[in-house]
Amino acid sequence: MTKNSILFLVGIAIVLVLGFLMPWVLKNPFYFFVGYVVLQYVTIATGWNILGGYAGYINFGAAGFFGAGVYLSAFLFTTLGLPLPLCILAAAIFGAVLGLLMGYLTLRIQGVYFAIATLGLVVVLETIVHNIPALGGASGMAVYGPRQPFWSPGPSQFNFTVMLIIAAAAVTLARFVEISWIGRGLRAVRASEDAAECSGVPTLRLKLLACALSGAVLAAAGAPYPFYTSYMEPVTAFSLIIGLNAIAMPLIGGTRSWVGPVLGALLLASVQQIATVTISSELNILFVGLVLIAFVAFAPGGLAELFGRKQRRARS
Amino acid sequence: MSETILSLKGVEKIFGSFRALGPVDLDVSAGERLGIIGPNGAGKTTLINCITGVYAPDKGSVHFQGRDISRIEAHKRARLGISRSFQIPRPFTGMTVLENLLVPLDYCHVDGSKAERAHAVLASVGLSGRTADASETLSQLELRKLELARALVGNPKVLIADEAMAGLSDEEIDEVLEILFALNRSGVAVIMIEHIMHAVMRFSQRIVCFETGRLIATGTSAEIADNPLVQKVYFGE
Repeated sequence: MTKNSILFLVGIAIVLVLGFLMPWVLKNPFYFFVGYVVLQYVTIATGWNILGGYAGYINFGAAGFFGAGVYLSAFLFTTLGLPLPLCILAAAIFGAVLGLLMGYLTLRIQGVYFAIATLGLVVVLETIVHNIPALGGASGMAVYGPRQPFWSPGPSQFNFTVMLIIAAAAVTLARFVEISWIGRGLRAVRASEDAAECSGVPTLRLKLLACALSGAVLAAAGAPYPFYTSYMEPVTAFSLIIGLNAIAMPLIGGTRSWVGPVLGALLLASVQQIATVTISSELNILFVGLVLIAFVAFAPGGLAELFGRKQRRARS
Repeated sequence: MSETILSLKGVEKIFGSFRALGPVDLDVSAGERLGIIGPNGAGKTTLINCITGVYAPDKGSVHFQGRDISRIEAHKRARLGISRSFQIPRPFTGMTVLENLLVPLDYCHVDGSKAERAHAVLASVGLSGRTADASETLSQLELRKLELARALVGNPKVLIADEAMAGLSDEEIDEVLEILFALNRSGVAVIMIEHIMHAVMRFSQRIVCFETGRLIATGTSAEIADNPLVQKVYFGE
């Protein structure tokens, strides 16, 4: 294991320990209520970036995977009484299968056609949920989550810690993909698919793998959501803002490394939460749009590349 | 005469109503230096796309080391030992020069240390000083060298150099030719597709000329230069 990998794992361990301890130090549950959303977007942005960032295949269907995770998890918990970790695991597996299916049907097309095809996934899944009364149909249904365990002081703090664990697992997976032969192959695909194929890279299989991993993370991000809100409805679970943020956050943070989506999500989701409380929740989308335009125009490599460039300049 | 390593039998490629290639019969011997010439649109790049698997031929078959590879995917052909460089360099942007070579090494199962192999190949093409640099920062000559390095790092048996010298000065052409000669000396068959006549004449043991998708002439450099069909293609009646 390299020195960087050890440092990374130590960092993840420290974050997790802090995540378990903080609920006992900070007494106001609102921080954890807001923190949950930020971590949810860290997970979503990280999952999206495995396919959209590393392989360069822009997926507009993130909300489809997220919503699938929301509904499957709630269904398994309320009807079968499965414990929360199993619900999350099942959602991740379902997301991976959904990703494989989407990939198999769409990966032979590229560019804007691929993006449009993925957008169709959200519409299809949302329509299916609308027509299943057992899932609450269009009006949605109330979901009562598990009681918080002894090691957590309240439900908001518990949801926060669960989301932190999922986010940490997602970031660890993304980093593993990035530094391994998988990531190198995906980045080669992004640069030139023909050149990658002629260098021995099994491009189609690698893209399918990226679809599966990305789908798994996105669906896992949605799994605890019904317990966080105690209510689920198609409009929220398959919301446009989830799909928009999934793209905007990695683009703002930088798509070439696992750091980018984390930075982008921390920045954008935090500002969105502050704007929601202090100004208006409707301004969120306007804010996302403005920041996205600014980054595409002035820092197309995102925050990660901007910091990297400054560091290199300082060193030289 | 060495054994045939690559053999095309009646290969045709048709796009809609346009016959881009064929039917073509062509054998390449192990360790041979073969030049392919012809005007723009003659079907040279279509031919190598059919050999490397970017296109599947509509008719005919491609055999490599006696095995029919006509329906095998491009990445599997690369792993078997058919490698190519591209007419317009296609570096893996967002990666360093060294990482560009680690990609084929990750997937082509070469024995020994990947990093050592990559460094050795980069030294052989004169890019040792640029290993840690981003591939976007390379000059045109360096990009051409990177293309060749990436193509040969996986120990190919056949290397197809598609206009590897386009846009280079005479000194730079000499440098690239030297790399290809050295590679050929190690036993690799090199197929050179080129518009720079003095380079292809100097390099090739045998030259084939294409026009409108068909092979119209074959011979040594001198024979091709004197061939009336080739003269007609390049100079008119």
